[in-house]
Amino acid sequence: MVTAAPALLEVRGLGIRYGDKVALQGVDLQVRPNEIFGLIGPANAGKTSFLRAINRMDEFVPNMRVEGEVRFAGHDVQHITNLYALRRRIGVVFPLPVGLPLSIYDNVALAPRLRGMRSRADLDAIVERCLRRAALWDEVKDRLQNLGSLLSGGQQQRLTIARALSQEPALLLLDEFSIAVDPVTTMRIEEVLKELRQELTIVLVTNLVQQARRLADRTAFFLGGRCVEIAETESLFSGGAKDQRTIDYLEGRFG
Amino acid sequence: MTRTPTSTHDSLARELARRDAAWWRDLAARLAVSIGGVSTILFIVAIFAFIGSQGFEFAWNRLSWSELFFGTRWEPTVSPPTYGAWAMIAGTAWITAVAMLVAVPLSFCAAVYIGEFATGRRREWLKILVELLAAIPSVVWGVIGLQVFNPMIQSVFGVQIGLNVLNAGLILGLMAAPIMTTLAEDALKAVPDSYREAAEALGATRWQVIYKVVLPHARPGLSAAVLLGIGRAFGETIAVLMASGHTLMAPGSVFDSAATLTATIAAELGEAAVDSDHYQALFVLGLVLFFITFAINLLADRIVRGRRRS
Amino acid sequence: MTRSAMDGFRATAHELRSLQAQRLMRLLFLMMALLLLVPVLGILGVLVVEGAPGMTWEFFSQKPSKLGAAGGIYPALVGTVWLTAVALMVALPLGVAAAVYLSEYARDNWLTRIINMAIVNLAGVPSIVHALFGVGAFVHFMNFGESILAASCTLAVMTLPVVIVSTREAMQAVPKAFREACWSMGATRWQTIWSIVLPNSVSGILTGLILVVSRAVGETAPIMFTGAVFLRLVPPESVFDRTMALSFHLYTVSTQVTGVPRHVPFAVALTLILVVLTMNALAIWFRMRLRGRKKW
Repeated sequence: MVTAAPALLEVRGLGIRYGDKVALQGVDLQVRPNEIFGLIGPANAGKTSFLRAINRMDEFVPNMRVEGEVRFAGHDVQHITNLYALRRRIGVVFPLPVGLPLSIYDNVALAPRLRGMRSRADLDAIVERCLRRAALWDEVKDRLQNLGSLLSGGQQQRLTIARALSQEPALLLLDEFSIAVDPVTTMRIEEVLKELRQELTIVLVTNLVQQARRLADRTAFFLGGRCVEIAETESLFSGGAKDQRTIDYLEGRFG
Repeated sequence: MTRTPTSTHDSLARELARRDAAWWRDLAARLAVSIGGVSTILFIVAIFAFIGSQGFEFAWNRLSWSELFFGTRWEPTVSPPTYGAWAMIAGTAWITAVAMLVAVPLSFCAAVYIGEFATGRRREWLKILVELLAAIPSVVWGVIGLQVFNPMIQSVFGVQIGLNVLNAGLILGLMAAPIMTTLAEDALKAVPDSYREAAEALGATRWQVIYKVVLPHARPGLSAAVLLGIGRAFGETIAVLMASGHTLMAPGSVFDSAATLTATIAAELGEAAVDSDHYQALFVLGLVLFFITFAINLLADRIVRGRRRS
Repeated sequence: MTRSAMDGFRATAHELRSLQAQRLMRLLFLMMALLLLVPVLGILGVLVVEGAPGMTWEFFSQKPSKLGAAGGIYPALVGTVWLTAVALMVALPLGVAAAVYLSEYARDNWLTRIINMAIVNLAGVPSIVHALFGVGAFVHFMNFGESILAASCTLAVMTLPVVIVSTREAMQAVPKAFREACWSMGATRWQTIWSIVLPNSVSGILTGLILVVSRAVGETAPIMFTGAVFLRLVPPESVFDRTMALSFHLYTVSTQVTGVPRHVPFAVALTLILVVLTMNALAIWFRMRLRGRKKW
């Protein structure tokens, strides 16, 4: 690992509340450039809330409160000048897929167009590249003008991934992306993620412990709104876990 | 396409600190549409301000409010002029009352039938029909009052003049009924289905469910519907002007002709010289109308909202 | 199944009675619903029977003569088109902007509550009060004089709530998940509105537009002191002209002019009602068609 480079994402004392309910507290971690950072833990561990805080989606959840500090490329995201630039540079895939009510083509071309890309050839190229990477191209290449919102659940999931990639993000947040996708396709996407590590940084939230093991360079274990342990994935899975709760979770005793 | 970590970091940092065209465009759009939003407040305030200011000088210096509300003579053109609006207040009350006697049973029954009994296509068609009724223009209703109801009332009741409280009340009732039907049906729809199912599970018939469960729970919404119906009937102008006979005397029965506040303004504004006392007096009547409908609307809104919160 | 088991499902006398009561009630309510609809349909029938003979080509294409007792309604038709078009040009942008603000930008705070209250009241203010406002604000204060512009502005203020409510409803029918997906890609609120929300609420905007037309065509009180005239045989040429209008013409030929043949007011009323009902039917058709088209 290159440790000299400054962290792309730096989280200090992060706490999240929904009204009175505490979802996350006291989280400190750093995500380095060009790594895949795994995030595992049972339901309600605060994983999704963590992602929401990073790209400031708290703005759209009426009673969500964020404390502490999240720094992206050195900027505190709570006091950022251009919030849209932040979200543009962070691609997110949430577990519930959303195909926008536009054509499949326009779904993927939306982000480039919002950035000001007009050339048809450039757009065609980016649409094809992103759909290929999301393992959707072969299924939809002949019907790019169909509505994206009428695709099947698994296809919408991959469309969402393609859309996130079309943003050309510096950081990609994946939240249980394989939930509606069959195992073969999941494997294909995982291969793509490994390649993408050359270009960008990935935070991978997953409920599949083995997926984290296959992909992540380092992995954090969240439980009950706290970050229990962060370690190199290999050492974590080969008996290096220090906390008993992590060991129990990895061995499938709960969650 | 590999970027070196440090340069990525720096260019990212620069991007996040820069307000780009999209950012400014969003700000401009936000400002533009909030002007649209705020304009609604502006219009309400302006209506109040303009009507108030036109009648202000007269209302402040020369108008006796007790004469306005209780005086029986509205004679702005004789000298000395008198400005007693009692006849119109009474006329408005009579006509609105008759209108409600017509509209409440009709609209509530129609709402219960549409909302609780009718199903499928028949229901859709009834709703469309009710909506179309609500669209018939005021002046067309006026013609109906003049040409259809007038002779009908004369022959059925054997009275000399068919343009009277009854005629105007019937017209206003039929005008207000469609909108009240829609509002009442909304109120019925707002009663959760689980209540109906619970009562039906106990073996209650449809009518028992409606009578014992649905109507009591829908009461606030239904009262709001009546209030808004009153507001509607009360504010109607051209149709009443044409159907009521427009006579400035407090009516003693439904067969007497009458005048309303709204119709008086419509009938006399054209003749009154701008800024004369008469002209200003008509604006004072307008202000009274404005306040009463304002109160009715606020009250109805309160009732419906208070219901939703609990 | 044994006989005794069957008996368990047989209705008791009491149950039969309440079932009969139920049927009776159902019938009663149907009758009451019809009591609302039938007279009105009858009246429309009368309008058609009495008015149809008067609806000739000359009636629509000629100027009125004898103060409207004879001749046609051509200048009034043209005038109504002017009034409606100008009212639409004012009400539509303002109303859509207000709806966008309320649905997409406004938070749930005191300002929003006041705006909502203002919309409710704007819709409830009597038309004659709008007329007084038009006289005070547009004819005199803004110095438009009695003109199409003043009358249309008055109509626009009056119909503003219609545009706002129907547009806002259509916008709020667009699921929030679409907005969030768009926002999470870095789209600004405006970009989200422009690329996702507005294209999917066109139906509501069109419905609002049609309803404004229908309202503006039928209203009389707001225009009678702000720009409509009794008789003006040439169609208007600019927004500063005064004009005849269908609704006001119907009012005058029914009440102000003597010796009008019976079929004339009926023919004008029928014309007016056909325009208005066609508009409303169009709005309903639009709404149903777009509701039926599944996009998500």
